Amino acid sequence: MCLAIPAKVMSKNGIVAKVDFGEGTTRDVDVSLVDVQVGQYVIIHAGFAIEVMDEDEAEETLQLWRELLSKA
Amino acid sequence: MSKFRYRDRETADKVIKKLKEMNLEIRLMHVCGTHQDTLVRYGLDTLFRECGITIKQGPGCPVCVTTAREFEEAMRLARAGKTVATYGDVCRVPGRYGSLLDLKTEGFDVRIVYGIEDAIRIAEKSNKEVVFMAVGFETTAPSTAAIVLRSLPENFSVLSCHRYLPPALFALLEMGEFKIHGIIEPGHVSTIIGLEPYEKLSIQYHIPQVVTGFEPLDMLMGVFMLASQIKKGEAKVENEYTRVVRYEGNLKALKVIDTVFEAFNIDWRGFPEISNSGMRLKDEFGQVDSRKKYENELEGLDNEVFVEAEGCRCGDVLRGIIDSKECPLFGKTCSPTNPIGPCMVSVEGSCNIDYKYGSKRN
Repeated sequence: MCLAIPAKVMSKNGIVAKVDFGEGTTRDVDVSLVDVQVGQYVIIHAGFAIEVMDEDEAEETLQLWRELLSKA
Repeated sequence: MSKFRYRDRETADKVIKKLKEMNLEIRLMHVCGTHQDTLVRYGLDTLFRECGITIKQGPGCPVCVTTAREFEEAMRLARAGKTVATYGDVCRVPGRYGSLLDLKTEGFDVRIVYGIEDAIRIAEKSNKEVVFMAVGFETTAPSTAAIVLRSLPENFSVLSCHRYLPPALFALLEMGEFKIHGIIEPGHVSTIIGLEPYEKLSIQYHIPQVVTGFEPLDMLMGVFMLASQIKKGEAKVENEYTRVVRYEGNLKALKVIDTVFEAFNIDWRGFPEISNSGMRLKDEFGQVDSRKKYENELEGLDNEVFVEAEGCRCGDVLRGIIDSKECPLFGKTCSPTNPIGPCMVSVEGSCNIDYKYGSKRN
């Protein structure tokens, strides 16, 4: 039920956005609960975007872990 | 999308090596079906066991914790001629007289929808009364609340079975049926509620908690963070899923929840009543509250006694007392094609997940 998956915002018209889940799967979702721009990634749950994903954070976190784990 | 796919063999191996070096003997709990799916699908549960870490799934499956009484409410409304729309998993949970899907085969109007907006579209095209059975934790509740705040068709109403998750964590630790050393907090509930609601729990019960994402590496790191806290004797709330979860949560979503719902005491399957854990529509939204709109149809439910199916141990599974495979019905009389309890129905239920991936192991 709390399954939510990332998708990229392709276009936006008011509170409705067309998002791409990857590999060409697109769907209209409600973006009234987030502040999102075209081109950003959102997390979709039950037809609603529930948060905008932070791309920089995603890469930095992975990098940080790798460094942390390489020590000693 | 690959940048969000946390799957890197080399990093995973390093985490496992570190965990092994820590000489752990700990029991963790998570409260999310998607976490259980990641754990079992990728065989992480086996790897963790080799590191001395046992992980139990608690009450983290909204469909599973919804009570037989709530299913009966939806079924009564369907039998009374209303259109009942809800999620696929919800339709298949067996009640005393079968499931919502069984009612559909008998000719009653039950519809499977992806979300509340689909239910609205059904109402717009129909002359019948449409009831949306709304199930889910804080992840799902904002979608229901946002829709309730819009102008709705007069023939549409909501049967709210939404619940707040944190009160269940307090209830579980208060019951203290077994020792839990740390909690893997659910990434998408936390997306909405943020980190703050967990802080009181850490203080009150001195328990480490890490908000964790759902990719295999997320879970490895979340568990590593918990193990590190446990080793140091700390009890903090940390966030592994920083690419999505902010400390304050999603303020817009929290606001719509607070505007539309109020907390009340409600039973959870497998648990006694949990204080302030239910979400019911506030009085001002009475016209879209199925329980108020159809008071007559639902009359008398308070006097009925709902008992679990004989032998079904979903309650013990939901409290983390037993693993799915320890239930005597598991894989014998109870399977996804013929489920006896909700944990075998829902794709988030631990029995369903163990059944689905179990064969790959053997």
